[in-house]
Amino acid sequence: MYEKDGERYFIVDGHIHFWDGSPENQANKYGKGFIECFYDYHRNLSPPEWVWPLDKFEKYTEQDLMTDVFEDGYVDVGIFQPTYLTDFYKKGFNTTEDDGTIAEKHPGKFVVNGAFDPRAGEPGLEEFERLVDRWGLKGVKLYTAEWRGDSRGYKLSDPWARRYLEKCAELGVRNIHVHKGPTIWPLNRDAFDVADIDDAATAFPELTFIVEHCGLPRLEDFCWIGVQEPNVYGGLAVAMPFIFTRPRWFAQVLGELLYWLGEDRLLWASDYAIWHPKWLVEKFVDFAIPEDMVSEYGQLTPDTKRKILGLNAARLYNLDVPAPVSVSSDSHPGPEVLEKPKVVTAP
Amino acid sequence: MTPGLTSAVMAALAGVRDPELDESVTELGFVADVTVAGGRVEVALRLPTYFCAPNFAWLMVDDAQAAVRTIPGVSEVQVRLVDHFAADEINAGVGAGRGFDATFAGLSDGELDELRLIFRRKALAARQDRLCRTLLADGATPGELAPLRLGDLPPGADTDTYLQRRAELGLAVSPEAPFLVDRTGAPVSPDGATAYLRRLRTIAVSVEGNAGTCRALLATRYHAGQGVGHR
Repeated sequence: MYEKDGERYFIVDGHIHFWDGSPENQANKYGKGFIECFYDYHRNLSPPEWVWPLDKFEKYTEQDLMTDVFEDGYVDVGIFQPTYLTDFYKKGFNTTEDDGTIAEKHPGKFVVNGAFDPRAGEPGLEEFERLVDRWGLKGVKLYTAEWRGDSRGYKLSDPWARRYLEKCAELGVRNIHVHKGPTIWPLNRDAFDVADIDDAATAFPELTFIVEHCGLPRLEDFCWIGVQEPNVYGGLAVAMPFIFTRPRWFAQVLGELLYWLGEDRLLWASDYAIWHPKWLVEKFVDFAIPEDMVSEYGQLTPDTKRKILGLNAARLYNLDVPAPVSVSSDSHPGPEVLEKPKVVTAP
Repeated sequence: MTPGLTSAVMAALAGVRDPELDESVTELGFVADVTVAGGRVEVALRLPTYFCAPNFAWLMVDDAQAAVRTIPGVSEVQVRLVDHFAADEINAGVGAGRGFDATFAGLSDGELDELRLIFRRKALAARQDRLCRTLLADGATPGELAPLRLGDLPPGADTDTYLQRRAELGLAVSPEAPFLVDRTGAPVSPDGATAYLRRLRTIAVSVEGNAGTCRALLATRYHAGQGVGHR
């Protein structure tokens, strides 16, 4: 819970990790390249006082996680998003079991999400069912660019992906978090293409598709599908830290998202341990759209921030929100600058 | 070392653009090194992250190779991508003139023409947005932008670049041609201008924002080393 200027905010961190990217766990040069790429994002976009040394960033402890996220970081509930990467890391980068083991020690603190890989076919489907049962999954995190043997990724519109999504619907795993990039299948197409999410969202209206990093670096393509598909949400991990390094661009990104999707379909997230939730929460609650952009984007209200910081995620995951944290008005879908087109094609 | 040839190589590389960011690879700091020995030229290209999209990386390596090869006095060119997960495949493929699809056999279903076209259109939209914002700041309304002709645009670098990008896409560039056209070259109506401009804005926020992110990540990765030819 975070309080500022008489306003209370229930904080759900929509995207956190407990990973092992250490050299001992790296299976090859790709594993080394992956964690170093994360580290460059970490040190480029964090305030200097929040930058860790590489060895700590590669592998931090359970105590670091608990202290940073819950004691210092104001987070009430953290949503674990696994990232297996078993072709890059011997024991996987961050598995459901890694997360679940910690979550069971701290009841009420975490939501444990799982994952599936449609390329695992029929046997994988049974394994996924066991995973859902074991950890009580309400969501999955899919990394469509994940390498698997010779494959460089899959699409949510693939026939086997459909089978897995049907299974999710059947088992009540309603929240499908999807992360795009850095590669895509096939390799000649745009690596961040979100068209397959559009297909899946249309085919499965009973599921919610949370596009991680709000489609960045393809913000526009994400907005086009978000405006058409009411069950598409944006996860703000990776977009958030720009609040420090490039606040004007952050205002534009947030303004665009609020314009096209509205304030009810955005989830705040730190992507811990890439960024520390404490400074992200503080800066977001203090944030205002710059004066010269207000005519275009409108201004943020405490209710808008409350929804983004926790209430939207609480709704998706049926989390109990303490009574003092509520919004004063009914939801409104963002500033109505002009009528939003039903079908949008890029100019 | 031939100073004349080195500057010709730098000028050629300045014409090679990141297809996503629509900016020159020299401006972006992606040229890590240029070596000229007699007629032999070696160029090293670097990118903001180890996992930058391999298709964009390919286009830059391939375009750089083609740009340098046409310089009079150049007998041999080797463009090398460095510090990238697919560097070996890309360097070998471009060097042998194999094409993307053949280089990534089994992982690709075509060449990169469509990808390039998609991003040229996005880039054009972002440049259109920039001109529109200048005109709106001068007091025009969106509806007033729709009837404008290219000859009505304010002279300057933004207009010049916009016309050059239109020409690349095969869109009309005569002074009488309509300014506000969609990706197929069809004029935008005054009634549709506000909604059209709104979409341009979103694309521009994305394209310009990504350029900033790439610059920042490159600076972090290479400790703010400026690269060759960076201004």
